[in-house]
Amino acid sequence: MSSDEWHLALTSLWPITSGALRGTIPLALFSFAGGMPIAIRVALMRLSRRAVLARLGAVFVSVVRGTPLLVQLFVVFYGLPSLGIVVDPWPSAIIAFSLNVGGYGAEVVRAAILSVPRGQWEAAYVIGMSHRRTLTRIVLPQAARVSVPPLSNTFISLVKDTSLASLILVSELFRQAQQIAAFSQQFMLLYLEAALVYWVICLALSAGQSSLETRLDRHATH
Amino acid sequence: MQRTDPPPPPLADRRPLLSADSLRKSFGPLPVLRGVDLTIERGQVLAIIGPSGSGKTTLLRCLNGLETAESGRIEASDGQTVDFSARPGRAALNRLRDRSAMVFQHYNLFPHKTVLENIIEGPVVVQRRPRAAAVAEARELLDRVGLGAKEANYPSSLSGGQQQRVGILRALALRPELLLFDEPTSALDPELVGEILSLMRDLAREGWTMVVVTHELQFAREVAHHVAFIDDGEIVEHGPPDQLLRRPEHERTRQFVHRLLHPL
Repeated sequence: MSSDEWHLALTSLWPITSGALRGTIPLALFSFAGGMPIAIRVALMRLSRRAVLARLGAVFVSVVRGTPLLVQLFVVFYGLPSLGIVVDPWPSAIIAFSLNVGGYGAEVVRAAILSVPRGQWEAAYVIGMSHRRTLTRIVLPQAARVSVPPLSNTFISLVKDTSLASLILVSELFRQAQQIAAFSQQFMLLYLEAALVYWVICLALSAGQSSLETRLDRHATH
Repeated sequence: MQRTDPPPPPLADRRPLLSADSLRKSFGPLPVLRGVDLTIERGQVLAIIGPSGSGKTTLLRCLNGLETAESGRIEASDGQTVDFSARPGRAALNRLRDRSAMVFQHYNLFPHKTVLENIIEGPVVVQRRPRAAAVAEARELLDRVGLGAKEANYPSSLSGGQQQRVGILRALALRPELLLFDEPTSALDPELVGEILSLMRDLAREGWTMVVVTHELQFAREVAHHVAFIDDGEIVEHGPPDQLLRRPEHERTRQFVHRLLHPL
């Protein structure tokens, strides 16, 4: 690399990192935080004995998983205004990503709840717990442990998917890189740099996943 | 566990603690209970024996509403009646369930909670007793069964016998009227069975009312006041253990007892 290229790589590092700190990471965090309650609700709907609820949950999951995230994003940001609903880029992105996490997460949560043995529900009922309390105090904590690896996957995918928000004008990591690339015409350099920053974020997340698993495993180790 | 014995009930109230009247249930086309009557007297131990698949566990689970019978009634000494034909609501089943506590074959301890947390979960979270009092009581119970040093352990670090002792303490901590045991020693290694049976014997001596589904005929003979033999969804015969186990009236009972005592 020439010294000019080195210089560009170094001077662009801050804008790109700042895009990560102010765009990518909060976007992912807010969307995940918004998506998980949806995921749990939808998972419970799918497990419900009431056929209508179960069906509704299944349709939601099917739609979310059966349509491209980019299309969902465009429907919210470019589509809703034609119905008179104008949503700013940031909320648009958070809404679309939350629904997406809700759909994928619902399947993870559902499987995790099903993995908790029937006897755990019964033991809780027998000490007098209601259905809701059994869920929150006995079943979901155990399901949480099971769902950490697959939900970490979902979260890591989400971090990378937030790059799509650049297409609805959210100034996140990738949009910063694009702008500098367009200005400097150094596409390879800038896009590799963006890739590197994504990778570092995901490495940190994987490390976080491991330590979370260790912490949640404390009851399984002797 | 320091259970002050309740004063003897006035004569008018010598009704059974719980009585079941012609319970019927089937799983799909398969009938598992074909009209079962059962009387549980206060302070007594009732052992339910019978071949696997005979319906004895289902019967036990109907007594606390884990299973709902299709028809029949359960009546408690205070007059609460659950009529299964009338499809009892959740509230009625919860009230029925609150009378008893259950000890499971596979312990079903909460793996994400410590031994102490397992025991106080019901008293503190459900019954809303003061935490400090529940903890003190749980520690007393643990000391009594020799698990005082294990209160901070998670269940996975305990032997089967230790886990089942915790399972029994979790039930006792609720201070139920009635203890239900669903084959409490069947999942245990043979050398661990004794410690559980002797704990149960102590509980019987203290006057706890117990219903025990079991294959341990020795236990039934020595501890139970009453034994019921159930086969193919009906109670074939019942009576005092000596009579039922030594001089059964029915051929089916005789065969079953013989098979258990002489497995080869």
